[in-house]
Amino acid sequence: MSRGLIFFSAIGSILVLFLAIPLVICLAAGGPHVPEIINDAEALNAMYLSFHAGTVSSVLIAFLGTPLAYLLSRRRTTLTKIVESFLEIPLALPHSVAGIMVLLAYNSRAPLGSLLANVGVVIEDNYWGIVFVMAFVSSPIFITAMRAGFDSVDVELENVARTLGASSLRTFFEISLPLAFRHLVAGFILSLARAVSEVGAVMIVAYYPKVAATLVVERFLGYGLRASLSLSAALVLVSLAVFAVLRFLLKSGE
Amino acid sequence: MWKDLGEFKLVDICLKVAAGEYFVVLGPSGAGKTLLLQVVAGILPPDKGRVLIDGIDITRAPPEKRNVGYVPQNYALFPHLTVSGNIAFGLKLKKIPEKEIREKVEEIAEKLGIRHLLHRKPRTLSGGEAQRVALARALVIEPKILLLDEPLSAVDPVLRWELRDYLRRIHREFKATVVHVTHDFTEALALADRIAVLNRGKVEQVGAPYEVFYKPKSEFVAWFTRAGNIYRGRARPVEEGLSLVEVGPLTFTVCSEYSGEVAISFRPEYVVISKSKIRSSMRNEIEGVVEDYIDEGPLVLLKVKVENLEVKAYVTKSSFLDLGLKRGERVYLYIKASQIHVIK
Repeated sequence: MSRGLIFFSAIGSILVLFLAIPLVICLAAGGPHVPEIINDAEALNAMYLSFHAGTVSSVLIAFLGTPLAYLLSRRRTTLTKIVESFLEIPLALPHSVAGIMVLLAYNSRAPLGSLLANVGVVIEDNYWGIVFVMAFVSSPIFITAMRAGFDSVDVELENVARTLGASSLRTFFEISLPLAFRHLVAGFILSLARAVSEVGAVMIVAYYPKVAATLVVERFLGYGLRASLSLSAALVLVSLAVFAVLRFLLKSGE
Repeated sequence: MWKDLGEFKLVDICLKVAAGEYFVVLGPSGAGKTLLLQVVAGILPPDKGRVLIDGIDITRAPPEKRNVGYVPQNYALFPHLTVSGNIAFGLKLKKIPEKEIREKVEEIAEKLGIRHLLHRKPRTLSGGEAQRVALARALVIEPKILLLDEPLSAVDPVLRWELRDYLRRIHREFKATVVHVTHDFTEALALADRIAVLNRGKVEQVGAPYEVFYKPKSEFVAWFTRAGNIYRGRARPVEEGLSLVEVGPLTFTVCSEYSGEVAISFRPEYVVISKSKIRSSMRNEIEGVVEDYIDEGPLVLLKVKVENLEVKAYVTKSSFLDLGLKRGERVYLYIKASQIHVIK
């Protein structure tokens, strides 16, 4: 092994261990308590809600974000560059602040929120509040991944498809989207991960119904580390399983 | 047409390609060759000007309404489709019945010798195979023009000759109107019915290959087609139909009457070389010293120093060996007046 390789491996392994050790300890400490979850209806409901709302928000983002990502990838104008930097703002905000912003803009007494309330979409302490917050914080992640996907599709493929008789819309659906599909799945995974892990903004907009991440905070603050352990370990396991399955789907699509 | 993309541009381009013609656009990289193809294909709109096919103005038509076959430099085969799927792509959009599509795909694959590849995915193909598939995909829709962007640059040199002959055959067999862009002048010479030389977005010369190669209209064209010997000098007419051009220490005799500042060019293959003075009708005799020679296979390029000028001359390998030329040897060069081309 070359000295360079030893150097990089030694430095790199510090970070790997830093990340892996808490995961292993959490599973080791909480693992034996995971079966307790089966009788813990509150925890099960919270986990179901987390993944349900996370999936709904990620699907919504995928629908709305894919055309946007395509536009950002193909049109390099001042406007798209401004839009792009604007879209990164949610990444830089403290999560509680993001929650305040969503609440201010879409609460049912605000102009837009009242319109939404008319069609039954109320966000305060409501399921839709969770979806809104999740969409707000995970959109930038999806769009960045999807944009990279479209960037990786050679524009000449689209040009050729056009000359062969395909309209721009048809070209998008037959060439660009299929070729960027793996990025779409990757963007979806990352977006779902971000959504499920969100807690600060969710607690501000919709403390109830309680998502799993909120419940972990509540149990930790109310009853201590031991009380939050079984749910934490279960969340780690479920998250790992979900993402392993999605990763596998991604791989098999290659 | 005009088009300005900053780095690449087209300035006052006016070209007419005849039906069935093999038209080559020759120019260095950055000349705007690809840009020209993309404007014709409708991928980019011109800033000003028009594009007409069969007399019909298609400047505002989107690419899908132009019926133009486009083969980009990297061939751009759809990686998620098989070879068969790639070729059928354009036909499917025309809502042709499935059975007919299959027949057409097989027919063209047969003609282009790629039938055995139909089930393969593009990433498993060699450069030559990929090129054939890209051509099949473009030709199967029976385009009015076939646009080829550096079609031979992505394959290795040995295969290049083979593919060049292949392009000639395809052109004849399909009676296609071809616009082929390249930076390689030998490719242009071998394939073109007519050549346009493009430099910095401007057309420097349009004409038959022999015109462009032996009667370059500008120093750039002479240089880019490797005329070899290009000099600036002062011309003055001496007698009916003849002029003298003074280039530093040398005086060349050229045909026709010229006066003032001119550039002259003559190709190294028109220079006759001898170790001793010969009696000849050739009007230009130059005495010099062999400074260097480069073995190019069948030919040897001699660099002969005449005071501060360098004159290049080709000799065949066998006459090079017969003459037994060495560096530093004194030689005589002869050039016919009619073979020196004057660029005003």
